[in-house]
Amino acid sequence: MTERIVVDPVTRIEGHLRIEVDVDDSGVIQEAFSSGTAVRGIELIVRDRDPRDVWAYVQRICGVCTTTHALASIRSVEDALDIKIPRNAHLIRDIMNAAVFLHDHVVHFYHLHAFDWVDVLSALKADPNETSRIAQSLSSWPKSSPGYFKDIQMKVQKVVDSGQLGIFANGYWGHKAYKLPPEVNLLAVAHYLEALDWQKEIVKIHTIFGGKNPHPHYVVGGMATPIDINSDNAIHAERLMHVSQIIDQAVEFVNNVYIPDLLAIGSFYKDWTYGGGLNNYLCYGDFSTGDIRDVHLYRFPRGVILNGNFNEVLDVDPKDPEQVKEFIDHSWYTYDGKEGGVGKHPWEGETSLRYTGPKPPFKTLNTDEKYSWLKSPRWKEHPMETGPLARMLVGYALKKDEFVGLIDDTLKKLNWPLEAMRSALGRTVARGLESILVAKWMRDDMDALLANIRNGNQITFDRTKWEPSTWPKKAKGVGWMEAPRGALGHWIEIEDGKTKNYQAVVPTTWNASPRDHKGQIGAYEASLKGTPLLDKEKPLEILRIVHSFDPCLACAVHLTDLESKQTTHIRIG
Amino acid sequence: MKRKTILEEVLDRGFTRRDFLKMCTALAATMGLDFSQTDQVVAAMEKNQRVPVIWLQFQDCTGCSESFIRSTHPKVESVLLNMISLEYSEVLSAASGHQVEAALEHVLEHYPGEYILAVEGSLPTDDAFLTVGGVSAKETFLRAAKGAKAIIAYGSCSSWGGIPAAYPNPTKAKPITHFVKDKPIILVPGCPPIAEVMTGVIAHIITFGKFPELDHLGRPKAFYRHRIHDKCNRRAYFDAGLFAESFDDEGARQGYCLYKVGCKGPTTYNSCAEMRWNGGVSYPIQSGNPCIGCSEKGFWDNGPFFVRRAKIPASQTTINPETVGAIAVGVTAAGVAAHAAVTAMKKKDEHHDRGE
Repeated sequence: MTERIVVDPVTRIEGHLRIEVDVDDSGVIQEAFSSGTAVRGIELIVRDRDPRDVWAYVQRICGVCTTTHALASIRSVEDALDIKIPRNAHLIRDIMNAAVFLHDHVVHFYHLHAFDWVDVLSALKADPNETSRIAQSLSSWPKSSPGYFKDIQMKVQKVVDSGQLGIFANGYWGHKAYKLPPEVNLLAVAHYLEALDWQKEIVKIHTIFGGKNPHPHYVVGGMATPIDINSDNAIHAERLMHVSQIIDQAVEFVNNVYIPDLLAIGSFYKDWTYGGGLNNYLCYGDFSTGDIRDVHLYRFPRGVILNGNFNEVLDVDPKDPEQVKEFIDHSWYTYDGKEGGVGKHPWEGETSLRYTGPKPPFKTLNTDEKYSWLKSPRWKEHPMETGPLARMLVGYALKKDEFVGLIDDTLKKLNWPLEAMRSALGRTVARGLESILVAKWMRDDMDALLANIRNGNQITFDRTKWEPSTWPKKAKGVGWMEAPRGALGHWIEIEDGKTKNYQAVVPTTWNASPRDHKGQIGAYEASLKGTPLLDKEKPLEILRIVHSFDPCLACAVHLTDLESKQTTHIRIG
Repeated sequence: MKRKTILEEVLDRGFTRRDFLKMCTALAATMGLDFSQTDQVVAAMEKNQRVPVIWLQFQDCTGCSESFIRSTHPKVESVLLNMISLEYSEVLSAASGHQVEAALEHVLEHYPGEYILAVEGSLPTDDAFLTVGGVSAKETFLRAAKGAKAIIAYGSCSSWGGIPAAYPNPTKAKPITHFVKDKPIILVPGCPPIAEVMTGVIAHIITFGKFPELDHLGRPKAFYRHRIHDKCNRRAYFDAGLFAESFDDEGARQGYCLYKVGCKGPTTYNSCAEMRWNGGVSYPIQSGNPCIGCSEKGFWDNGPFFVRRAKIPASQTTINPETVGAIAVGVTAAGVAAHAAVTAMKKKDEHHDRGE
């Protein structure tokens, strides 16, 4: 006898996600179903537009990963038109991408994920002196006096006393799955507020180089922001020092607040190793020390691990029509008028939409049939997990020093075997560990940019192929990258100077995908299976596992075609 | 339980009255008030309780929520803990599923006529395109709108339809004004809007107990009264007829006007040039990027962004560059010629505009 439990909306994520699980009498999840419940249609909207403009449209796929889709898009156009960007532009873009990684990961940890591990109300019972002692034993971060934590505790107390709990209202406070002592809860609440303040600082890197955040500006061929150290209207010493200072502060925040908190909180949950999932990992790789075409110079290496076999890292080619394909057997789409059975590579992609789900309002989805607006991307027909855990494990399997050192060191601290990384907590730890790497690379890239400028190289833009008259009549390209949530690819087809076809296959589509043509479940679904729930009314464990992926649903369901219930098919391309 | 006033909340939280006054001064500045009006802010904040806010997200990208939490003055912590009580947010609420739905119901039931409804994203006209908690977005919106004291449309999607409504508008997306006609809705367009504009509008309502003064399109005058062009840091170069011809050319490095690389500043009403972004650090034009006009109705279909030149309205500008601009700043013959060229380009473009 199983019972269906529904969590909708899943909050503390980007977008509209619904999770349905079947739980047996003992409270263990037997089956899980992940559904995206919203669509917009951006891929169709960019059709016939100027390829140099597309970055701005697809950037609006997501305002959380606010730079990634723009970057993948300009890379796809530059790949199609064979544009090589200046070194400075590459460095600036990587610095901007690194800023998104750190912003995203810190905000995820404190503002989206923390309440799955941290009980805010328990912090009221903490002894601020003890919290201070713990904080000072963890790092040299200066805000750690007993008085400071007492003030934080008072802030929370007054919110509670006011009867207006606001964002804390109706949380699962007091749930038995919370394991932290009150003092550590208080520490986490203090850093929730500090991180809220810090996150608005790191994005200023985008403001300086791209004019604003969210949604900074980009340009095909380089960066529009000129560098001229002797002009008052360009990037000069003051702007560069501003960026430099923000980077230093970011490195400090990651190493002295985020990582110590992560390991301290993690140590209380290290026996809770649910949420592992598929054990298949996919990375396109990114952060090249050369050009984006120099795959061998990627600091996040490219590769696939299948069935947890760390002895073999397989090659990935986003351009190979046999590798990345999307299936629609459990998604509200059709291919060539049929319900599914075949997969399509993004260059051949079709998005004909047909909603066959229940008419709202509804209680449950018919999960035997189609049940999501997400398609099911597969690599060589295998479901894959992508994101921080995949990146760290691929780097580890390839025996890259930076990765091996960090992972081995962390396993020792948590007294974990390597297999324990395959868990919700492992994923959350991996996200922290890669933040250490990305913060370091951001500093390295900034130093490289300064060195270039010192040597007289101020070029940020290549205009040789700006004019459409210089383009071939037909061209195809792929822009791939590692985004905070995983492997991201944009596929473009250009004809007569216009965008003929456009497809994006994004990290959350990989991770949150529904079942495919073979009935294989997606990464979220796999990670939920077998997890015991302590309280079916308050399924904290579901949130904990799903949040460990950092869901981004607007990314995952960015496409749509035509009016609902209309069965006519539109082929894109 | 008697709810506390904002002043009481602030004092209870360990801040001093002096801190409170500083906060009020920052708020007054955000709202575009001069110092003499700070007293009004103080008086209002002393009396008011934290206002419940419901934040609904529909066909959105969460960019507006993200922008909101970037607010520098007031800081978002201060907004969340001292000014408003954010009762429902898919981004920040600790609760999920039926517990967060219950929080929403609680507000609808206990605070009719008192809460602010903030909306991010457009609404599809067909229910199947967006459900939350198994209920169509439209139904949730209409229910929440009914008892709202004020409705704020944050961002270009909820204000104008935005990107989901861009051609060919695959989901037949509409702005929220399409669904509720019997209530004033404050439009705060932008993709996303500037953080301090977003918090400034809420601060205005809370502090004065009334809507900010709106223009004929429903936008607060305090933030949307002028075109970016009117206060642009490159304006002098426009008036002088000095233009960047390409990105990263000598003109771009010198800070020349970006009109010829597609800047829509001359037709875009927003505070970017004045308040700038992320605590006043920069804005797209300052950083060398042409404005794409993201706070204007239908801007997504006003492209191509880098090719089409903005049509400069002759009215509503302090100096009309078409007639007196060049003379007023005493430019050279070359500058005058460049101005003539701009005028010619503009006329040419008028024939090529997309008929949307």
